[in-house]
Amino acid sequence: MPNLQTSISNLKSKYWPLTKPLQTGLLLATGLAGYMSARCPVFNMGTVLSVAGSLFLAISGSTTVNMWYDRDIDARMNRTCWRPLPTRKITPREALILGLALSALGVGWALAMDWLYGLIVFAGLYFDVAIYTIWLKRRSAWSIVCGGISGGMPVLAGRALGVGYIDWVGATLALAILLWIPTHILTFAMKYHADYQKANIPTFPSHYGFRATRLTIAISSVLAAIAMAAAAYGIGMAWGYLRLIGVLSVGMLSLAIAISVRPSERVNFGLFKYASLFMLSAMLMIVLDVL
Amino acid sequence: MKPLHRIFLLLTALLASYQVVQGIDGLERMAIACYTIAFGMLIVASLLMMILGFEVLDSPLVVISSTLIPASLALGLVSEYLDVILIPYGIFIVAGMLVILITRLAGPQKLAVIVLAVVHGVAGLAIFALPIILALRGDTKGGFAWVGIGGGLIGIGGLLLSFLKGGRPILPRETILTVLPSLLLLSTAAFVAGFAYL
Repeated sequence: MPNLQTSISNLKSKYWPLTKPLQTGLLLATGLAGYMSARCPVFNMGTVLSVAGSLFLAISGSTTVNMWYDRDIDARMNRTCWRPLPTRKITPREALILGLALSALGVGWALAMDWLYGLIVFAGLYFDVAIYTIWLKRRSAWSIVCGGISGGMPVLAGRALGVGYIDWVGATLALAILLWIPTHILTFAMKYHADYQKANIPTFPSHYGFRATRLTIAISSVLAAIAMAAAAYGIGMAWGYLRLIGVLSVGMLSLAIAISVRPSERVNFGLFKYASLFMLSAMLMIVLDVL
Repeated sequence: MKPLHRIFLLLTALLASYQVVQGIDGLERMAIACYTIAFGMLIVASLLMMILGFEVLDSPLVVISSTLIPASLALGLVSEYLDVILIPYGIFIVAGMLVILITRLAGPQKLAVIVLAVVHGVAGLAIFALPIILALRGDTKGGFAWVGIGGGLIGIGGLLLSFLKGGRPILPRETILTVLPSLLLLSTAAFVAGFAYL
C-alpha cells in the first residue's frame, strides 16, 4: 500500500504539472460548453465523456509537448524553473513520448467520434505546438494570436460536434476565446517582464511598451465580452442569462477603463482574474441554460 | 481580507446572479432594467472586492456605486407600486446622482455629504418602507416585507460606506470593513427571499 501511495504521489509531482491542469481544465470546460450549446442530447453521457476524454488527452498532450520544446526557456525563467523538466524530475525523452502519446490518443479518439470534430481538435494541437510554440514564440510578439486561435479550437470543436458543421455561433465562441487569450498572456508578460527578457522571448511589453500593452488588454477584454454576448444571443440563451452576461461585461469594461486611465499592477492582475472568471461563468451559463 | 469575507462576497455575487437570471423575469420592462442595475452593481462590487480586496473601496467611484444600488432598487419598486410618482421620483434620482457626481469631483465637501445623505436617505427609506407597507396592507404577499428588511440592511451598509468615503465616518474603518461583507450577504439574501413572493 505505501508503494502504491508513493507511485501515485510520484506520478502527481512528476507528470501532472506537465499538463497545466488549470489551463487544461478551463479549455476543457469551453469544449464541453461548446458541445452543449448545440442543445443536442446532453444527457448522452457516453458522448459527453468522450468529448471530455478526447479533449483532455489532446490538450494535455500538446501542453506536454510544448513543455518539452520550451524546457530551455523554462529553466531560465523564475516563474517556470520549478517545472518537472528544468528540475530534471523527468527526462526530455520521457516528456516527449508522453506528450506525443497523449496527443495521438486524443486526436485519434476525436477522429473516431467524428471526422470534423477530430480535424478541429487536430488543428488546435497543430496551431499550438507547430505554429505558436515551435515557429513563432521565439520570433514574434504577435505569436499570441496563434496561441489564441488554438485556444479557441476546443469550443469550436465541441460546437461543431453538436451541430454537425461549423456555424457562426461556434466561430464567435472561438473568437471570444481568441480575444480573451491576450488578457491572460499579456498580463503574465507584464508581470514577469524581466523573466521573459532573460529568456529572450519577444513580448508585447518589450516591443511596444507597457502602456500599449495595457491598452491592448483593455480592448481585447471588451471585445471578448462583446463576442461572448453575441454568441450567447446566437445560442438562444434565456434573457436572464443574457442580462447576467451583460452585467459581467460591464464589470470587465470598468476594469479595462481603470487599467487604461490609472494603470497599476494590482488592477492589471485584477482584470486578468476577472476575465478568467468571466469566461468560466459564461461557459457555465451556457451549460446551465441547456440543462 | 479574511477567507470568510471572500466566501460571503462570493455567496452575495451568486445570490444576486440568481436574482438577475431568474428572480425578476415576468416583471415590467422598467422594473427589470432597474433591478438588473441594482443586482448587477451588487454582483460586480462583490466580485471586485473579492478579487482586489477592500482597497477597491478607495476608488472615488464607490460612492456613486453604493448609492446607485438603493437608488435603482427604489426606482424599480416605485415603477411597480407607486407609478403616480414615477416621473418626479425618477427625476429626483437622476438629478441626485448627477449632483453627487459633480459635488464629489468639484463641490465643497459639506455640500457633497448633504446631497449624498438626502439621495441615499430617500432611496433607502423607499426600499425599507414601501415593501413593508405593501405587505401589511395585503397588497402583496407577507413575505415581500423581506425586501424592506434587505433595504434596511443595505441602507445601513451604504450609509456607513458613504460617510466613510465622505471623510466623516460613523464607525472606525476597520469595523465597517469587517461587517460590510456580512451586511451585503444578508441584505441580498433578504432581497432574493422577498422578491420570491412577488
